[in-house]
Amino acid sequence: MAAESGSKIDPMHQFLIEPLFGRHWVVAGYDISFTNSALWMVITLASLWLFMLGGMKRDLVPGRWQAAVEGFTGFVSNMLTSNIGPAGKRFVPYVFSLFMFILFANIWGLTPVGVVPGWHPFTITSHLTVTGVLAVISFAIVLIVGFGKHGFHFFALFVPHGTPKLMIPLIFVVELMSFLVRPFSLGLRLFVAMTAGHILLKVLAAFVISGLNLGIGYGLLVSLPSFVLMIGITLLELLVAAIQAYVFALLTSVYLNDAVNLH
Amino acid sequence: MPQISQIAATYASQIFWLLVTFGILYFGIGKMMVPRVIATVDAREGQIAGDLAAAEQARLAADQVEAAWRARMDEARAAALAETSAAKAQGAKAAESQVKSADAELAERLAHHDLAVGNAKAQAMLNLQAVAADVAQDLVAKVSGLTVGIDAAADAVRRSNAHG
Repeated sequence: MAAESGSKIDPMHQFLIEPLFGRHWVVAGYDISFTNSALWMVITLASLWLFMLGGMKRDLVPGRWQAAVEGFTGFVSNMLTSNIGPAGKRFVPYVFSLFMFILFANIWGLTPVGVVPGWHPFTITSHLTVTGVLAVISFAIVLIVGFGKHGFHFFALFVPHGTPKLMIPLIFVVELMSFLVRPFSLGLRLFVAMTAGHILLKVLAAFVISGLNLGIGYGLLVSLPSFVLMIGITLLELLVAAIQAYVFALLTSVYLNDAVNLH
Repeated sequence: MPQISQIAATYASQIFWLLVTFGILYFGIGKMMVPRVIATVDAREGQIAGDLAAAEQARLAADQVEAAWRARMDEARAAALAETSAAKAQGAKAAESQVKSADAELAERLAHHDLAVGNAKAQAMLNLQAVAADVAQDLVAKVSGLTVGIDAAADAVRRSNAHG
């Protein structure tokens, strides 16, 4: 990275999408090359599958791994039942997939695989296209469930109970706007949180490298504090990785609650 | 920012591969593995609840058995108490009648002896009067030289006895 741009270290380079194997696959006018981003999606899927495989022993008395897997499924299942009620059990497969995919992708993005020569960690959840698609899927499920269950009565969601007659048109527009903003806020929140954290880490890493290049004095003055700060921020980012996955899944379940129970 | 500057060039690949991987994830893991894990947890919880219910049932049964045992013990104790008190009452009655009959026999024997003593006393009294008559006859003969019949002497003794 440093070699490519000379003395300048580009903190945005980590987000660059490049086709692997050096070629583009164009199908029906669309470029669906297997990129580094796609590779990390596959890695996320494979690691999650391996993790789940450890929980399939179905022992009466669970081992540590099985207990961990059951802990995650129980966590998602509890979140849905506490937000939606017994009807929430239906959405466990989707919300579990969503939560675990985002969680594993976030954590993979923080793993130090860069120490292996030729490898670069890539955070798929720092891409608007990925978080946007996930948000649109969640929003589409909310719409399908809402209109499927309540028909046009679903629009009653935009008129809260006890609204004065005179205020109904205004409130309806405001509520509709806030409803329509949901997929954007859902997708942008995760994208921004991941991007900001990774830029911050990369900027601090650039400080460490540049300080060391300037000599021992600058190294002590700049690199050492930056490195200490990086350790702290890495821990914070691990927390953010889990929290953002949780927030995405939690908001999805809250929106599903609106669709199932209409407030 | 590559996320935005590259969006036109990469959106198709990103969306395609995300749908592929997330689809496999949803149908392979979410739809197939997760329900089995949840079923395992539910089965375990069901078994725990069942075992607890069975234990509760067993505890109730044990309580019932204990109560029945206690009732039977109480019954047996009461029966034993009644039997002992009856035996005691019977014993007391038997002893009383035995004492009574012994008393009666003793009283009878005492009466016989009293009678015998009275007879002996009367006999002795008669003998004494005969001796006294003899003595009185001799005394009269020695003092006055008169000879009185034994009958007169006896009569005199009787009269003097009667006057004291």
